[in-house]
Amino acid sequence: MKRPGSTRIDPPDGRPKASRFFSSIPGGRSNVVAVPNRTRVDAMRKMTFDTTNAICGVFFILSGAIFAAQSLSVELGTWLRIGPGGLPLVLSILLALLGVVILVAALRVEGEPIGKLAWRGMLFILLAPIVFGLTVRPLGFVPAVFITAMIASFASYKMTPLFALALSVLLTIFSVLVFSYGLGLPFERFGPMLRW
Amino acid sequence: MELINNLALGFATASTLNNIGFCLIGVLLGTLIGVLPGIGATATIAMLLPITFQIGDPVSSLIMLAGIYYGAQYGGSTTAILINMPGESSSAVTAIDGYQMARNGRAGVALATAAIGSFVAGTIATVLIALFAPPLTTIALKFGSAEYCSLMIVGLVMSVALAHGSVIKAVAMVLLGLLLGLVGIDVISGVPRLNFGITQLGDQLNFVAIAVGLFGIAEILRNLEDERTRQVLMSKVTGLMPTREDFRRMTWPILRGTAIGSALGILPGNGAVLAAFASYTVEKRLSDRPQEFGKGALAGVAGPESANNAGAQTSFIPMLTLGIPANPVMALMIGAMIIQGIVPGPNVAGEQPALFWGLIASMWIGNLLLIVLNLPLIGLWVKLLTVPYYVLFPIIMAFCSIGVYSVNSNVYDLYIVAFFGLLGYFLLKMRCEPAPLLLGFVLGPLLEENLRRAMIFSRGDPSTFVTRPLSAGLLVVAALILVVVLLPSVRKKRDEVFVEEE
Repeated sequence: MKRPGSTRIDPPDGRPKASRFFSSIPGGRSNVVAVPNRTRVDAMRKMTFDTTNAICGVFFILSGAIFAAQSLSVELGTWLRIGPGGLPLVLSILLALLGVVILVAALRVEGEPIGKLAWRGMLFILLAPIVFGLTVRPLGFVPAVFITAMIASFASYKMTPLFALALSVLLTIFSVLVFSYGLGLPFERFGPMLRW
Repeated sequence: MELINNLALGFATASTLNNIGFCLIGVLLGTLIGVLPGIGATATIAMLLPITFQIGDPVSSLIMLAGIYYGAQYGGSTTAILINMPGESSSAVTAIDGYQMARNGRAGVALATAAIGSFVAGTIATVLIALFAPPLTTIALKFGSAEYCSLMIVGLVMSVALAHGSVIKAVAMVLLGLLLGLVGIDVISGVPRLNFGITQLGDQLNFVAIAVGLFGIAEILRNLEDERTRQVLMSKVTGLMPTREDFRRMTWPILRGTAIGSALGILPGNGAVLAAFASYTVEKRLSDRPQEFGKGALAGVAGPESANNAGAQTSFIPMLTLGIPANPVMALMIGAMIIQGIVPGPNVAGEQPALFWGLIASMWIGNLLLIVLNLPLIGLWVKLLTVPYYVLFPIIMAFCSIGVYSVNSNVYDLYIVAFFGLLGYFLLKMRCEPAPLLLGFVLGPLLEENLRRAMIFSRGDPSTFVTRPLSAGLLVVAALILVVVLLPSVRKKRDEVFVEEE
């Protein structure tokens, strides 16, 4: 599939502008309204490609390549009996090709910057379920909920340690009452590591 | 007559004390999380999904899930009106005039109008579902594997067409979703595949974990980028009751909105969002006072709210009759059905009439509960708006972790949540919408199964897809949709619609 706009000629004023095709913003978010690129072009003249879309293209190419390699390790089959690797291989090749299209289209055009990232949020929010997974068996349900809540509390810089502690304690009590006693989920409240 | 019998069965199922109770809990929980701005209906359902599995009975759990859906939608309009922050893209239109009404001191009337509009639309749409679902089911039962494949392709293409932003990115997301859906053990050969050697992933990637990560966690991270304090317009909402003049002025917008929403909602892809926009445009054009639009016009709230609710409702039609999800919420419903051991598709109506009709009837009950409960409870929801975000993150994270773990008691599912949370956030940053990915994920295994079966039936001849007329017709539809959205003129128009909506 060829992107119809891929051979477009830049505007006569010589300022390349990201194709609208690639620049609309997903998600119903109100504070990232699509600013016409023209207004940002001057500030970003140094950039020669649309970083976001270039990364995006590379991501899809890599994903396609990894999945293709994975599907080659199982039987592909024939048209009559499609093997477990058949459809995945076709899909991953298509994915990689689309990645190439996105990457090529991202070159020579300006894009909007990626914007700020929630580093602190990523660290603590993503850590929370992992730690829950690591602790729920050895330590048990009660400590796992408490630790998870404590970790997630620090995702926001507005949280104070004392408030986090109080919130986590309340949340743990509530969860144990609702999930463990109320719904009767079969979790050990205190795990083997806490019994001695 | 059959319709009445079916509806009677539905209401008998849905109105048991148990099911009304679950519907009520669903509606309340949905509204509760829905009023938290920034967390939309899909994220709400993804996060509450594991809780519904604790119920055991599939009918009750789907009824509760549907209740969460309406509740979340209703909550989204509340925040749109009171703090100009739509919780869901479909209530973005409501924010335009709803917030202005609130600023003019008519927040109560705006909220009441939204509730009444939603209820009327919900009632009419429920009847429409009851009317149209059975004939569609009959047609769908005649489908062979080849037709099913083609139908799924139409569904996926529609989700691409109606996704925000770049078409190519949306297609790539569908492909990624399909691939992720195939991770695990191949059903036919029993061979593990695409699992990177991690056998603990099990037969398939856990659907709940992916949905929670992709929608719930990613949305939390996005909210953490920029922690603003929210301004609630008023601490007390009074004057809920619209005047007779208000009633007169909302009647036609509600009916027109319902018609637009019902029609667009059936289309695969997020019809409810477009419906709200279409309705707003129509009302503005038909109004005798178009200058009021944008400054607090009642019709600007009544029309779009009815349209998005009707659309939300009729989007159940393809899900219930064909097993094809029209939007990410329906994909979640299908995922929930599969986990409960129900194979989604045209057989559901015949094999599980109580579930099928019970769910339809519960939609109306859910809407009734919303209007009865939420108007008196509005004070409580307004208070909730003032709860600071940082208090919510730990609560949401703890509940998500417990919920995901409770589905299979597999700790790897929690690592999947974290991984897909990161992936979801990354994709958001790449301006790739997660909805097509989720649809692909749900349809991946079904598509492969039917593809293989179609090939066996046709003795390995791939031309079966184009020689069987029904299948060929569906593929032509899919191709046309793709061509149309890629046409420069349509693309421009489509971009405008989505940009306007932001």
